[in-house]
Parts: sequence; structure tokens; C-alpha cells
Amino acid sequence: MAARKTAELPNVSKDDLLRYYRDMLLIRRFEEKAGQLYGMGLIGGFCHLYIGQEAVVVGLEAAAAEGDKRITSYRDHGHMLACGMDPKGVMAELTGRARGYSKGKGGSMHMFSKERHFYGGHGIVGAQVPLGAGLAFSDRYRGNDRVTFTYFGDGAANQGQVYETYNMAELWDLPVIFVIENNQYAMGTSVRRSTKSPTLWQRGAAYGIEGEAVDGMDVLAVREAGERAVAHCRSGKGPYILEVMTYRYRGHSMSDPAKYRSREEVQKMREERDAIDHVRELLTQGGHATDDELKAIDKEIKAIVNEAAEFAKDSPEPDPAELWTDIYAEVAPQTA
Amino acid sequence: MATEILMPALSPTMEEGTLAKWLVKEGDAVTSGQILAEIETDKATMEFEAVDEGIIGRLLVPEGTAGVKVNTPIALLLEEGEDAASAGAPKAAAPGHPAPGQPAPGQPAPEQTAQKSDAPRPEGKVTSAVEEVPHPARAADTAPDWPEGTKMKAMTVREALREAMAEEMERDDSVFLMGEEVGEYQGAYKVSQGLLDRFGARRVIDTPITEQGFAGIGVGAAFGGLRPIIEFMTFNFAMQAIDQIVNSAAKTLYMSGGQMGAPMVFRGPNGAAARVGAQHSQDYAAWYAMVPGLKVAMPYSAADAKGLLKSAIRDPNPVIFLENEILYGRSFDVPVLEDFTIPFGKARIWREGSDVTIVSFGIGMAHALEAADRLAGDGISAEVIDLRTLRPLDYDTVLGSVMKTNRCVTVEEGWPVGSIGNHLSAVIMERAFDYLDAPVINCTGKDVPMPYAANLERLAILNPDEVVAAVKKVTYR
Repeated sequence: MAARKTAELPNVSKDDLLRYYRDMLLIRRFEEKAGQLYGMGLIGGFCHLYIGQEAVVVGLEAAAAEGDKRITSYRDHGHMLACGMDPKGVMAELTGRARGYSKGKGGSMHMFSKERHFYGGHGIVGAQVPLGAGLAFSDRYRGNDRVTFTYFGDGAANQGQVYETYNMAELWDLPVIFVIENNQYAMGTSVRRSTKSPTLWQRGAAYGIEGEAVDGMDVLAVREAGERAVAHCRSGKGPYILEVMTYRYRGHSMSDPAKYRSREEVQKMREERDAIDHVRELLTQGGHATDDELKAIDKEIKAIVNEAAEFAKDSPEPDPAELWTDIYAEVAPQTA
Repeated sequence: MATEILMPALSPTMEEGTLAKWLVKEGDAVTSGQILAEIETDKATMEFEAVDEGIIGRLLVPEGTAGVKVNTPIALLLEEGEDAASAGAPKAAAPGHPAPGQPAPGQPAPEQTAQKSDAPRPEGKVTSAVEEVPHPARAADTAPDWPEGTKMKAMTVREALREAMAEEMERDDSVFLMGEEVGEYQGAYKVSQGLLDRFGARRVIDTPITEQGFAGIGVGAAFGGLRPIIEFMTFNFAMQAIDQIVNSAAKTLYMSGGQMGAPMVFRGPNGAAARVGAQHSQDYAAWYAMVPGLKVAMPYSAADAKGLLKSAIRDPNPVIFLENEILYGRSFDVPVLEDFTIPFGKARIWREGSDVTIVSFGIGMAHALEAADRLAGDGISAEVIDLRTLRPLDYDTVLGSVMKTNRCVTVEEGWPVGSIGNHLSAVIMERAFDYLDAPVINCTGKDVPMPYAANLERLAILNPDEVVAAVKKVTYR
């Protein structure tokens, strides 16, 4: 990735910048808190943090409209917060409590919100890709102009079903944006150790799908590319691929010692390319916010996250009877 | 205010670890994300990062300490201008190896114990893991499937399935059919013949050969509120898609706490046809019947094929609908009714009898009924039950019958290990043990991949002779 030219101030409103700053910071602080609660044993099992990748979902949500759908893998906390789901409900799901989005039955990897058009939270690498195309299929079938953001990682990009889906999505002009969050490591395997065709978005060309690579550490670049993708899909031209070049600062999951990369590599990204620092610079350099104002936002976000953590700790565990609910939806009485 | 930095759990199973190395010292200012220490878990050496910014006031556990319990305070983080003494730091007690079950010094009982629910399982769920297995003596639902005197017409299973889909597509615009060769080719087995002309390419959709992909697209469309019918040319090919069926379709309602599920049907021929070899001749009934969240139907007659498929399409859950190539061309009487459905979970007693209960489903019913005819000639009165759906399964009818005849033979084409018959045998043993006069026998396909050679294939597939022999064995004839 080329170094960012922060000297050139982009044409963006103060309100937008402040919103992106706030939304990205919420994800980061939320994830830090989740890591902390994991360390205390309040969150169990697998917990995949989104720290470092915040600009991807915040930039793309800025390009989305009400009613658009989104679906992703198990590294899903950021997507949920960015699309407006309640941090309290997300955190309570992480702690496996009754007031979590899935009543505590889904966990970190499996949350959903019909209201916010968030379709999960899927734990099998790549399986959400045809599901996302299916969501887009449902909108095309109904003849509306909604689009579906289907997120997956560079690791999932080598799954066969991704290409089965590319083929049908283009064949049927499905309004689906395939967002490859290329954080450069599929668990411990770097992109260059898993493929000799490292420009993942270009694989779409084999199916006739347009796309592009985007600097995923720059929320404004992501938004701009997202707007192009959305316009393409909404106008009925079929799918679009965005390969968003990003970086996760933490391990693959909480138990990953991350020995496959150097501490210096991580530190360099954090110091030179951090997406939140970038927006903070734009805000201060553009005279949009003072340090005090930004500190006030930090404090406000911290309070939201602390409140979510308290809510998640105080919520009761699911009633034991919940073991046996939600296995089947009830069948409507038949007329015949 | 000073905050305690606690020994973190760094894996799903970690209870204690070694504080291998401090990378900060007392007095250091740290920022969020900075590596504070290296901690050895049971699996690896992990870097432990600061979550908050502040000043390291005191290191409470020296490096090199082994057996530090999760949640033990290991350091004290101060805000600017604060000092360790005024913050009331706990004394640096040796935190390694506290007595088992004791909270670490200066620390309340670890909160993770709250996560381990010791609440008893609800009453009635303890003896059986299967929720709907009833205690004996609950009366089976024996209401007729259609009113007496209803006009009937002969129809093949293929026509019945086609009629069911056409009627439901007529009734509900959100129902569509998707699969390989379902449209222009008119169906690999002609089940969907004519549907493209009638409903158009929007609703009868030919797919590329890409089972995992189109099964997943179908599940996604169901999440999006449509009612897909996904046709597999045969269920053998659905193994390419079984992850989408089980992980995506069956589990989402549960994983979402009831918010969204997959109202859809996966259908197609299942089991052995004739001479098509090992990879095209497998019965998946028991595989899918194992999965909570799925419903599974496996009809024998044309009336059941029609009535069950219509119910399946309307069902708000994912339904596996197992058809059979050999049965497609067989004719049965089907009631002439404007809107005829068969409910799931209701078995059909094809013939009443008093000496033995034969339980089967799908094409197994053909063997069971032929065996029952022959047994009648030998003076043995067999009651023959068609389960029709395997999930939900009508335990009441089976148990009621076994309590009457005191003997049971199960019949299915699938493999013997982990079969539907195995499950029924266990339920009968658990719920009707005292009624049994003989062990239950499971008649199944042989425990081999399907051979091609005609003579070997005949040996591998279940036949009525084996059912007759099993019945004679349980009736001690």
C-alpha cells in the first residue's frame, strides 16, 4: 500500500468526518473491551477481534442506504456496530446472556438483526458468500433496488463456493457487492503463501465481474469505492467486487500468538496507517475539531462501551428452557 | 482511578499460565495496544496488550512466575498524576498456585463460574435427549387424511409432485424452483415438466452444475423471505451442499434466537435406482433425520408425495424431501381436493394386523407391503406403518402398534449403522420394553458401497424375502 497523502485535504464534510471517527472508535473500544472480558473469562470460546479493520465497514456503511443488506463471517462485531446494532445487545451475546441478540445461543460468531438487515455472523469460511448472493437474489426477485454487502476474507477467497457464486451472481445480474477484506492473513497463512494470483479482485474478471482494490485503511477511499459499487449494483448491472486492503492488529482469534508475522510489521501499520489516527488528523488539520473536542468524543465512546460491558455482565443467563426453543418455527394451521 | 490489570485467559481452555516476561517496568507510560508482557499458555506464548492507557504503577507478579490463575491481578495501571501508594494497591502476594477453588488474592471469586450453569435440566428432558419422544399410552392421531367418500384419481408419484409444486407456486408468488435442468430440459426426471412454460424463467430457474453454490443461494433467498424449492438432480450430489443444508439452513433459526430461518425445501430422488453404482445409489434418510432444525419427509405413495410436498413448501422450516426414482413412475390413488395437505409427524397405517408391526418409509414400504401380503398367506397378520416423515417422527403410532403386536421389524434401504431402525429400536426398548416378546430386527441395505454387477447389486439391496424372514424370526415361526 502506498503511503497516504494526508496533506491533501479531501472534500468531505465535518459532520461526515466526525461520524466516521465516532463509528470507528466505537468499534475499536468495543473490541478492546471484548478482549478484556475474554481475558476475564466472561467471554468464552472463539472471539475474533476487528481491531485495525474499522475503516472497511464504516466506509462501506457510509455508502449504503436504508434497506440494504449485509452478511459476513465470524469476525463480525465491527459489521454489527457499523450497521447500527446496539452495542449492549452485541456485548451481551458475547457473554452468552439472555439479552444478547441471539438470546445467548449464538455467541461471538452468530448474531443477526432482522431490523438492521444484518444476516450474520457465519462460522464456516466462505459459506456466507452464496448466502449473500441469495439475499441479493431475493431482492432481484422482488424487483426492488436493494443491494447486499457480502463480506469475506482473503482466506475465504480460495474457497470453491466463492467462484460458484461469482458465476451465478454475474449470470443472473444479482445486486451483490463482494467485499474481500484482505487483512493479509488467513489465520496464520499469508496471502503470498496461499496463492500465486494475489490480486484477489481480478479473479472476478474470469466471470465478467467488475471490481477494484481499495485502500482499506482510508475510510474515505473505502466510502468512495463503496459508492461506485453500490451505483453499479443498484442500476441493475450485477455484482461488483471490492478488495479492501486492510490489516488486523490482533491475532486471528484470542488464542492466536501471531508468530507468523513480526511485531515490527504490526507496529508499523499501527503507527503509519491507522485508520482512526488518519481521520483524527483530518479533523484537526482541517480545523474541524480541537483536541479537547476529540477527547470528549473518546470519553463518550468509552462510556457507551462501559455501559455495554456492564449490561452484558448484569444480564441473566438464558433460562434453561431456552435450550429447547427456536429449533423449529411454528407451522401455521392448514386449511385442508 | 487505578485499575488492576488481571491475568488474562488467552485461549478457550486456559485456567492458569506462566508470566514469562514483563516488557514494561514500573513507572512506564503505556498506550492502548502496547505489549505489556509475554504469557505462556498451555498452547503457546502469547503477547498481552494493554487495553487502556496509563502508567504502570506496580508489577504485582514477578516475571517467571508459573501457575498464575486467570483473573489474578498482575499489575496496577495508574492514571496521570496518581501514585501507587495512594491508589491502595493490593500487596504483591505470591499469586502462584492458590488453593484449588480459592479466589486469587485481592480478587472476588472469578466471574466465569457464573457462566457454568448448574441449573437442572427441565423436568422430562432428563431421560431422553429427544424432546418429542412421548411416554407410552399417548393416543396416536388416527384421523383420516381426507374425508370419506372423497373422489380419487390415479396418478403417478411424478405427477403428484409436479401438481404439488404447481399448486403452491400458484398460491404464493414467493415460491420458486431452482436446480439443474429443472426448466428448459423439463427436469432430469421430468418432475418439473411444464413448469417453465407455466411460471416463466423468473420462477423456474436453471442453474449451472454447482450444488454448493445454488444450495447456498437458495438458503440466502430464504433468509431474504422467499420460499425456495431447491431441486437436487439426486441427493447424492447434495453432499456437495451438505454444509449449506446443515450449517446454514438448519441452524440459523436457533443461532439467531428465533429471528430468522430458512423456510425452504430441498428435494430430489434419493436412494438406489438401478445399476448406477456406488456414488449414485445412497439413501440419506438417516443422515438428515439426525439434524435438529431440519424436517425430513420420505413419501411412498403419490397421495403422500403431493400432500407432504405442499405442507413442506408452506412449512417455515427447511425441509429435506426425499423422493425415489423407481417410485416416480408408480401410480396410486390421489384424492381430488382443491387443497390437500398431509401434516408432518403423522404416520399412516397401511394395513392393520395383530402379530407383528412392520415400520418403514419411502421405497422400503414396497418391500414391507409385499412381505405383509406373503406373510398373510402363511397366517401371520402384519401391521404395516408408513412413517412418511422422519423428523418429526410419529412415535405414538409406532409405540401404540408395538404394544399391541409385541413384535417389530423395521425396513429401510439405507445402511445399517446409525439407521432409522436403530433409533426406533432404542425408543421402543426405552418406552415399550415390557411389551416386547422378541428383539426388534432392523432390515436394511447391506453394509457395503453399492456394487455395479447385477447379481451383487441384488444382494446389496433390501428385498421382501429378508423382511419375511425377519418377521418369521420375531414371531418364532
